Amino acid sequence: MTGGISYNFAYLDEQSKRSIRRAILKAVAIPGYQVPFPSREMPMPYGWGTGGVQVTASILGPHDVLKVIDQGADDTTNAVSIRQFFARTAGVRTTTDTGAASIIQTRHRLPEAPLAEGQIVVYQVPIPEPLRFLEPRESETRQMHALEDYGLMHVKLYEDIARHGHIATAYAYPVMVEDRYLMDPSPTPKFDNPKMHMSPALQLFGAGREQRIYALPPYTRVVSLDFDDHPFARTRFEKPCALCGARDSYLDEVIIDDAGGRMFVCSDTDYCEGRRAQAAAAGGAP
Amino acid sequence: MYVAVKGGEAAITAAHELLARERRGDPSLPEISADQIREQLALAVNRVMCEGSLYDGDLAAQAIKQARGDLIEAIFLLRAYRATLPRLGYAAPVDTGAMRLRRRISATYKDLPGGQLLGPTFDYTHRLLDPSPPAAAPAAQRRPAAPAGEPVPQVTQLLDREGLIEANAGADGDGVGDLTRTPLAFPAGRDLRLQALARADEGFLLGLAYSTQRGYGRTHPFAAEIRMGEVEVEFVPEELGFAVPLGQITLTECEMVNQFQGSATQPPQFTRGYGLAFGHAERKAMAMALLDRALRSEELGQERTAPAQDPEFVLAHCDNVQATGFVEHLKLPHYVDFQAELALLRQLRAEWLAARGGDRQAAPASASDGAAQ
Repeated sequence: MTGGISYNFAYLDEQSKRSIRRAILKAVAIPGYQVPFPSREMPMPYGWGTGGVQVTASILGPHDVLKVIDQGADDTTNAVSIRQFFARTAGVRTTTDTGAASIIQTRHRLPEAPLAEGQIVVYQVPIPEPLRFLEPRESETRQMHALEDYGLMHVKLYEDIARHGHIATAYAYPVMVEDRYLMDPSPTPKFDNPKMHMSPALQLFGAGREQRIYALPPYTRVVSLDFDDHPFARTRFEKPCALCGARDSYLDEVIIDDAGGRMFVCSDTDYCEGRRAQAAAAGGAP
Repeated sequence: MYVAVKGGEAAITAAHELLARERRGDPSLPEISADQIREQLALAVNRVMCEGSLYDGDLAAQAIKQARGDLIEAIFLLRAYRATLPRLGYAAPVDTGAMRLRRRISATYKDLPGGQLLGPTFDYTHRLLDPSPPAAAPAAQRRPAAPAGEPVPQVTQLLDREGLIEANAGADGDGVGDLTRTPLAFPAGRDLRLQALARADEGFLLGLAYSTQRGYGRTHPFAAEIRMGEVEVEFVPEELGFAVPLGQITLTECEMVNQFQGSATQPPQFTRGYGLAFGHAERKAMAMALLDRALRSEELGQERTAPAQDPEFVLAHCDNVQATGFVEHLKLPHYVDFQAELALLRQLRAEWLAARGGDRQAAPASASDGAAQ
């Protein structure tokens, strides 16, 4: 039996891909709106990127060049696994170079290098509903979106300020899309939120288990929620990357010994390596 | 000096090799075959077919072997394969009244048309661990199965004749839904709820069904009938216009009869809960029937007070492939989110300490914390 099993280009059958593309088109037409789509069981577990994988599978063509990152890095095991999956089932070229990729599938980060027109970012999304932890019922939250009733979220942010003096949300920081839909940027650190605003790239968000797709077409206004007297503030690191010296990148904290010693390094491995190679070529050690 | 961790690729390959070795176990013992699993671990195969939503004993057995006996993993394998299969059409509804019965019991009538048929069951066995379970008697000595051909009416049909039980609602004009093709939306119709329950994790259903028996959404159930046996599956190709038999499948059906108070518009009647599962799966079918009834609370005008009565809660969490994926995804790296939380926590702590300025010396964590900032 197993010998006879063969799979289509990029795993999914063409009918399934077509139905997912229809959902993507609707999502692009209504930026920030969560479009239900008939999610399929993929050969990797729910919660491990099945939404992103289905979106990528349905937009992938034989001439695409694919980059897959997890936590900003190309070499984390799940990124390796998804990249291998498409290399095997679609035979597409893969890359770690942000600039060379036509499709970038990501979990939890946006690359540091600026994106360009024609590129597509595919986010893996665990919980697409920004209001979910304030209201667990889908029937309720859909109605709240329909009525643009986002008071609950503003109250939550206000309570943060009352309690802590500032908004105590560090990742999955809610954004307003084109002044209409409240959107979860997926669990990216809020550091990445400003990069989503007016991005020249098409940004697609896939949540497989929750069966939702949403999108930010190129040059969409994406505004992090805040208050006039408590404006949104991007996370800033006090030290540069210990490897490449970058001051503008998101840093991972790495514990280096038993005594609590630590260092901060770029979470975007491609960005970090590129900067170090550049510095080496220029003759200076980083 | 820290060097960025490389070699995810090599690690994955090595892990897969280790897995293959573990799967084989002690190589001095003979390897188990999928055929042996299908024949001798048939109830595991049934569960995998049922929750995998694919009636194929050979593939289910192969999945169990590949999954090292982890049934949820095997269900996942079967589901992922099923998702790639083209949909040719929908079979005609199966007629469980015409089932070739291998087992049929009723807890509501001592005797009834068609009789009680105990069949192959663990019930009334003593659960004594036995190193050599009794061997099967040769086929010739076994009593023949119930004569085929005579349809045996379901118990609820007897109640139906007297009007003692609510009529079964027919399918509406739209036919039946399919949550594997259309995303589930709430409120979900009974057809979709039953489909979700049929695919749902047996353990989750069992626990929730049990909770209704302990007061969290009581339904006063009676097992009117549990039947297990073979039914014919038929398909009506459009170009032919008549039914063509595709083959036989084994099903377990449970019909629960539940109390109902009646209302201003309806005389008191029993209500129904329905369970249906691939293969021999009584626990699953019974739990499903209890939950089907509990999930009908709202439509029957009962107040929704317990988890088992809440369709959004039950349907959104009953699928073990979804649940296991999302619970286990926590082992994926969360470096960047954790870093964001860490920075926030340090900030909150620093602010907390600053607000208590004078107490700084007394706070034990302040020294190392200050250094980190």
